[in-house]
Amino acid sequence: MTNRTFRRRGVAAAAFVAATTALVAGSALLPGPARADTTVKWLHLEQNPSIATYWAGIAKAYEAQHPGVKIEMQYLENEAYKAKLTTLLQSNDPPDIIYTWGGGVMQEQVKAGVLRDMTGMLDKSYADSFSSAAWNALNYEGKQWGIPMLVSQVGFFYNKELMAKGGVDPAAVKTWDDLLGAVKKLKAAGVTPIIAGGADKWPLHFYWSYLAIRLGGKQAFDDALAGKGDGFASDTFVKAGELFKQLVDLEPFQPGFLGATAPDAYGQFGDGKGAMEFMGNWLYTSQKTGSASGKGIADDNLGFLSFPTVPGGKGEPTDTLGGINGWLVTKKAPDAAIDFLKFFITLDHEREMAAQGFFIPVVKGADADMKNPIFRAVAANLAASKYHQLFYDQMLGPNVGRVVNDVSTNIAAGTISPKDAAQQVQDAWALEH
Amino acid sequence: MGDETAEVRPARPERWIPGRAAKYRTVRGTAPVLILFLPPALLLFSIFVVLPIAEAARYSFFSWNGYNSPDNFVGLRNYLFLLRHAAFHTALINNLLVIAVSLVVQLPLALWLATLLADRIRGASIFRLIFFLPYVLAEIAAGLIWRFVYDGDYGLAGSIAGFFGLPAPYLLADPSTSMAAVLGVIVWKFFGFHMMLYIAGIQAIDRSLYDAAEIDGATRFQLFRFITLPLLGPTVRLSIFFAVIGSLQLFDLIMPMTRGGPSDSSQTIVTYLYSYGITRMRIGFGSAVGVTLFVICVVFAFTYRRTLMRHD
Repeated sequence: MTNRTFRRRGVAAAAFVAATTALVAGSALLPGPARADTTVKWLHLEQNPSIATYWAGIAKAYEAQHPGVKIEMQYLENEAYKAKLTTLLQSNDPPDIIYTWGGGVMQEQVKAGVLRDMTGMLDKSYADSFSSAAWNALNYEGKQWGIPMLVSQVGFFYNKELMAKGGVDPAAVKTWDDLLGAVKKLKAAGVTPIIAGGADKWPLHFYWSYLAIRLGGKQAFDDALAGKGDGFASDTFVKAGELFKQLVDLEPFQPGFLGATAPDAYGQFGDGKGAMEFMGNWLYTSQKTGSASGKGIADDNLGFLSFPTVPGGKGEPTDTLGGINGWLVTKKAPDAAIDFLKFFITLDHEREMAAQGFFIPVVKGADADMKNPIFRAVAANLAASKYHQLFYDQMLGPNVGRVVNDVSTNIAAGTISPKDAAQQVQDAWALEH
Repeated sequence: MGDETAEVRPARPERWIPGRAAKYRTVRGTAPVLILFLPPALLLFSIFVVLPIAEAARYSFFSWNGYNSPDNFVGLRNYLFLLRHAAFHTALINNLLVIAVSLVVQLPLALWLATLLADRIRGASIFRLIFFLPYVLAEIAAGLIWRFVYDGDYGLAGSIAGFFGLPAPYLLADPSTSMAAVLGVIVWKFFGFHMMLYIAGIQAIDRSLYDAAEIDGATRFQLFRFITLPLLGPTVRLSIFFAVIGSLQLFDLIMPMTRGGPSDSSQTIVTYLYSYGITRMRIGFGSAVGVTLFVICVVFAFTYRRTLMRHD
């Protein structure tokens, strides 16, 4: 190519670029509201397309009512979110709204000063519209750091068909020994009793946590937090590991469960590869989206069991383990971020999301239209619960929480004794407090 | 473009006046070049290499969750915890395993294939390409593919076992087999790279040596033993160096396959650093792991270069 033709083409290219720029700029200028003065960056973890679409619709509605504000939805996968958040919050471009499980992780964020105190921007009538347990879960040291959105409970989901095949009557599974008996029956019938996502570890820590709640109740956990006695190395937590080991010794899980992630497990349960999965109530939607057919287990074939009681346990049978999730606002976020959350989490929206079966709402009265029988049962459990324990792995902070996950998984893998497991949790806790 | 080179050419002979060229290089040459080219490189190296290392060394003496600046000085506690932690021992042993497998399986395999494919025989370039392909593939992608291959439910391993009527294997889900499964992938992924190094080395060997040896009646093994291997020495030593350093830094192939699990059975030093340092917001502890890895790498690199690679 000679210089001349090159130059000529260069001119043509420049003209083309200039023309398209003008076009783009022109089209951007024409419709008024696209020009954004404030951008609210909203980081979420929602994998379910119908939920994400519904949220995007709310963001659009807010933008329409508030010219000059743009809601920018950003997405991160669950595990990636947990790993990246610390760096993200201290970068020059942090998200404005972030997802939270409350508990120790949120408390560390408060202590680090990366969150914005929103107490002053929330009036009492708004606060009072929430269930107080949910509202207070995002309160720390007398200040409100976030707005809760949903509450969840962990329990045994079961596949009615497979339970029947194993000759197990789910309604009769009341105690830990009943559960062990059911597992034996299912195994004898050639049915995989329980599906678990062991590679992510936290699905297995539910067992250890819930057993500790049944054995020691609220008192045992509070004592451990306060460092009374042997803390997390006390009898309650050792016994929790021992009971869990009784279950593990029956080899109740699907083959290869230690290599399966939580989403893998959702899909396997949805595909009917096992009779039960011990999971939060979100499994109802996750087993559908995760299954090979995309449909999962039909509603009339799906049941939900509360965690069984243990003989001599000090915990109430009504005590629940689960999560309270919501949204926090970061330090430098504009007022519009908080304003948007107040627009987003309202009785109407919560009622609509509950009616669509997305989750169990936290605004009072929002569960009225909930059709799904499983969610209705969980909501009733939560209403009856006097002690709702947040997930240990979130409650105990990022480090100790993960140690609980580790030891629970190691008990399931048979590589640690229940006594050492409890001791490791206590050691990690003592190192930080 | 043609007219440009035509303009440049006449200027050239002037520069090549003997004596003047030498002056250029020594007196006026070095200083301006140094002033011009050294600072950017030095600056980049300091900011992105030296400074982070120094920072990490400092953080490793603190208990720090990554927020604000570290203020809780704990002395050597992070290092003591590290030395006592069973998962770190597993990680160290796994790294040694990777190195051992690299040296005992991967490099001999690469060398053997290189001797076969270095000659200009028909189809050699196709095979070279095929064997080199795994190396070109991104590590994460390769890890995900192998996670699927090893899967007992939907994967290749499951189908093969099913074909023979055996129970489905779950290699990555069993603490006793996960590391072996990972090692297989490592050999598969990286032997092509070493094979290419060896092929380049073999092709640089003077053909006349082989011709002379063949006239003297040397066998194929003797050709390999007395010509190829000795003359390939520098390349082999270099490839061992790469293999060891690469093994120590192994991370992105393991994360998609096992994340170091189950029960830390396939942890390497770097995956250990990630799962026990970064994801738990223990930046001080993670830094201690990083510094330990750095010391291991530096000690190895220096002693290796000073001893075995001294003459290369």
